[in-house]
Amino acid sequence: MNDLTPSWPTACRREPIRNLSRRSFLGAATGALVLGVNLGPAPVGAGERPEGAAAIAPKPGTRVAAFLEMRPDGTVRLLSPFVEGGQGINTGLAQTIGEEFDLDPARFAVECAPPGPDYAVVNGLRMTGGSFSTRSSYEAMRRLGATAREMMLRAAAAKLGLPQDQLTTDDGRVIHGASGRSLGYAELAPAAAALQPRDDVPLKDPKSFRWIGKPVARLDMRDKSTGRAVYTIDIRLDGMLHAAIQHAPHLGTEPEAIANEVDIRAMPGIDSVHRLPGAVAVVADSWWRARKGAEALQVTWTSPAADGIATVSKTFSSAAMLGALKSTTESGIAAEQEGDVAGAFAKAAKVIEAEYDAPYLAHAQLEPPSAIARFEADGSLDLWVPNQMPELFQQVAAGTAGLQPAQVRIHSPMLGGFFGRHFYYGPANPFPQAILLAKATGRPVRVLWSREEEFGMDAVRPLSFARFRAALGTDGMPVALHTTAVGEGPIGRWFGALFKSPVDSSLVEGLDKKPYAIPNRRLDYVKVPHPVTIAFWRSVGHSMNDYFYESFLDEIAAAGSKDPFALRMALLKDSPRHRTLLQAVADLAGGWKGGTFQAEDGTRRARGVSMASPFGSETATIAEVSLKDGEAKVHDLWIAIDPGSVVNPAIVKRQVEGAAALGLSSTLLEQVVYEDGQRQARNFNTYPILDRQRMPRVHVAIVESGAPMGGIGEPGLPGVPPAVVNAVAVLTGQRIRSLPLAKSRLSGA
Amino acid sequence: MVNLTVNGRPHAVEAEPDTPLLFVLRDTLGLSGTKYGCGIGQCGACTILLDGQATRSCQIPLESVGSQSVITIEAIEQDPVGARVVAAWVGIEVPQCGYCQSGQVMAATGLLMGTPKPTEDDIASAMTNLCRCGTYNAVAAAVRQAAA
Repeated sequence: MNDLTPSWPTACRREPIRNLSRRSFLGAATGALVLGVNLGPAPVGAGERPEGAAAIAPKPGTRVAAFLEMRPDGTVRLLSPFVEGGQGINTGLAQTIGEEFDLDPARFAVECAPPGPDYAVVNGLRMTGGSFSTRSSYEAMRRLGATAREMMLRAAAAKLGLPQDQLTTDDGRVIHGASGRSLGYAELAPAAAALQPRDDVPLKDPKSFRWIGKPVARLDMRDKSTGRAVYTIDIRLDGMLHAAIQHAPHLGTEPEAIANEVDIRAMPGIDSVHRLPGAVAVVADSWWRARKGAEALQVTWTSPAADGIATVSKTFSSAAMLGALKSTTESGIAAEQEGDVAGAFAKAAKVIEAEYDAPYLAHAQLEPPSAIARFEADGSLDLWVPNQMPELFQQVAAGTAGLQPAQVRIHSPMLGGFFGRHFYYGPANPFPQAILLAKATGRPVRVLWSREEEFGMDAVRPLSFARFRAALGTDGMPVALHTTAVGEGPIGRWFGALFKSPVDSSLVEGLDKKPYAIPNRRLDYVKVPHPVTIAFWRSVGHSMNDYFYESFLDEIAAAGSKDPFALRMALLKDSPRHRTLLQAVADLAGGWKGGTFQAEDGTRRARGVSMASPFGSETATIAEVSLKDGEAKVHDLWIAIDPGSVVNPAIVKRQVEGAAALGLSSTLLEQVVYEDGQRQARNFNTYPILDRQRMPRVHVAIVESGAPMGGIGEPGLPGVPPAVVNAVAVLTGQRIRSLPLAKSRLSGA
Repeated sequence: MVNLTVNGRPHAVEAEPDTPLLFVLRDTLGLSGTKYGCGIGQCGACTILLDGQATRSCQIPLESVGSQSVITIEAIEQDPVGARVVAAWVGIEVPQCGYCQSGQVMAATGLLMGTPKPTEDDIASAMTNLCRCGTYNAVAAAVRQAAA
C-alpha cells in the first residue's frame, strides 16, 4: 500500500492555499472518478473564474466550519476525516489541531465526519488506512488550527476595538495582556464564523510545540474502559429488526430451495425469510431468534464448479492454490531492475535458491461485522456501517439502494478492530444485505454476522509465494538477487482501475526498494488471481514479503559464512539512516548476540534480526526465542522505528507493540485453510490467535531522524516474522520457509 | 417471563429460556457494554460477574441465572475494586480499539475480588481474554497496578 503515498500535503506545504492549483489534485481527482466516489465539485484552480456551486467549493481540509464546532462550555467538536479504530487518530488530530488552534487536546470531542469534499485530505481522496492518516493530513490539520485561531483573534479584535497584534491566545481564550481582558473561543465563535478565513497564517515553530510530540493522554480511554464506547454493533434504532445470515458454503453459489421455510417462519419472533445474493437471511425481533432461525435453515445451493482455481470450486483448496502459484514458469513483469543480473550470476562463486510461502489470513477483529440500514420517509437512506472510506461506501450503498449518493447518509462509528477489515470487499461486507432487507421489510434492519459467518466470509490476506536466487562473490557477499513474487494483491483487486500500473504494488512491497547495497537486482511479478475474496491486512504486502526477503537474507549470510547482523550492517554502508536504526535496535537489546546462548533461566536461546521499510517508516527488529515442546517461545521483541517525526510517542509505542503482536500471531499460529472449497476454521477455537501466554515483552525505541513523516499503525509488524524465524533457524538449524510455525514441530539442533 | 437481577435491579425478561445471558443483556436490557465476540466462550469479550465470579455470559442460558446477582461493566465502578481496575485501565491507557476491554476489566475485577494480591500465575490463569490489538502487556500492568 506504499504507492498510495499522498502528494497533496507536499503541494500544500509549497504553495499558499489560495494558489493550490488544480494540477496538484488532478491525479487524485481522476482517481476519484475511476473509483466512482463522488467527491463533489473539483477544487477551483488559480486563474479560473468560479461560478455557481464551484465558487464555494471547499478545498479539502481548509473550511474551518466543516471541522470545528465550538461549544458553549469551551469544548470543541471535531469532525474528523478519519475513522478511529484503536490507532489513536482522534487524539493525534486533537493534538495537531489543538497545537495551532491553542486549545487543550483534552477538550476535543472527535467524531468521524459524514461524506463530503471537505474531508478528502489523503491525496484528494478520503480513506483511513495505509498508515496514512497522520502523515497525509499533518500539515493541513495544523494549517486548519492556525487558520481557526487567527479567525478568533480577528473576531476578538473587532469586538474589543483593539489592534489584532496586541492580542494573543491561551488555551481557548483570546487575551489582551495589557488590560487583562479576555474572551473565550465559544463566545467569539459566531462572529469568527462569519469571517473570511485567511490562507497565509503562519504555523508555529516546532520548537514551541506544547502538545505535538508529547505523550498526551488518549481521549477515548475512559469510555473504552467502562463499556460506554459505542461501536456499530451497539447501535439500536426504534422499530429496528434484527437479521442473521446463512451464507452459501461455496462463495459464488446461490440459494435454490429452502426445505423448511414454513417451519422457520413459525419460530418465535421471526418476521420473515429472504433470499439474498449468495445468502439467506432470517429477520426477527431479536438477533438471537434470527440466528436460531438462520442456523436451522435447510437450504440447497446451486452447484459450484467441479474443480479448478478459477472459482471457489468443489475441490478448491489452499494447498491447490499454493501449488498453482509454485508451478508458474513465466518470468513475469519486471517490478525492479538494477545492474546486470544475468552477468553477475554467470560469474558467481556460489548460487543459492529458496522458495517461501505464507497463508491466507483472517482479520479476526473482535467486533463481528454488522450494519444498520434505515430508509426515511423521503426515500433517502441512513446507513451505520464500519468503514475506512465513507465516500466509497456511500457510492456502493446508493447503487444497492437505487439512490443517488447524496441521498445516502453514512454514519461511521468507531471500529472494534481495524487491521484492514473495513474497506469495501464485495461479498465480505454485510451492509448491502442490510439495505436490501430494510427495503424488503419497510423497517430499519440491523444485519449482524455471527463469528462463524464472519470466519466464513471475511476477506483474507492473500496466500503468497516468492522465489529467490542469490549470487555470492568469493568474499561471501551477495552480488545479485533475483526475486519472483507470484499471486494477486488487494490493490490490484480493489483499486486496479485507480492504479493502472501492471505491477501490483501490494504484492511486491517489501521485496522492492530495500536499502541493501546489492548491485545487481531483479524483481519480477507474476499475476495469478485468487478466486477468494482478498483483502488488505495490517501491513499488506509487507506482512509476508519482509518475512520472505529477510529470511532469505539470513540464508545468504549463512551461505557466505557471515553473521546476519554484520552482513546487514555491511550492506547498509550507503545508508546512514538505516545503519543508525540497526545500531539503535542492537543497543535497545543490550547488544547483538549471534549463535545460541544460555539465558539466566537456563533456557537455550537465540536472536534473529530483520529490517523493513514499510509505509514511509523504517524499522529494525530483534527477537529472542527459545524452544519449548516443539514450539517457538518468543521472550522479547526489540523494535526500533524511525518514522521521521512523531505526534504522540505514547501512541506510537503502543501501536508498534500491537502490530508486533499481530505479526507474531501470524508467525506462530494463523492460517485460513480451504478444503473442498470451504474454509475449515469458523471460530477462535480452530483459528487460534495470539493470547496473553504467548505475548512477549516488547521494547520500542523511536528514532526521529527528521526524514519525511512515515506511517505508524502498520510498520511494527513486518519485521517480526523474519526476526522470529531467523532465531528459530539458529536454534534448530532448520529454515522455515512456510508459515505459520505451528505447521512444523521444532527441535533443537 | 424470567426474573433476574442485573446491577442490583430486578428485571422480568421475555425471552426463550435457552437465550444466552449475553443477548438478554445487550438486546433486551440495552446493556451494550458487554460485547459479543465469539459466542463460544473463547474470547471473553462478554465477561460479566455472576455472584462475583468472572463468567462468560455467552455460555450462560437465561434459565440458569436464577437468583444469582449479575454485574455488568455498566455498574463496575460502583464497586471499589472495579473502580480501582477502571482507574488503572485509564491511567495505563490499556485500550486500543477497546472492543475487548469491557471483558478484560470484568475479568480483572473478578480476579481481584477473589484474590486481592494475585501472583503472576494468578494473573496468567485469570486473564485469558483475547485481544486482537495486542494489549496483553498493558492489561497485565494494569492488573498489577490495581492490586498494589
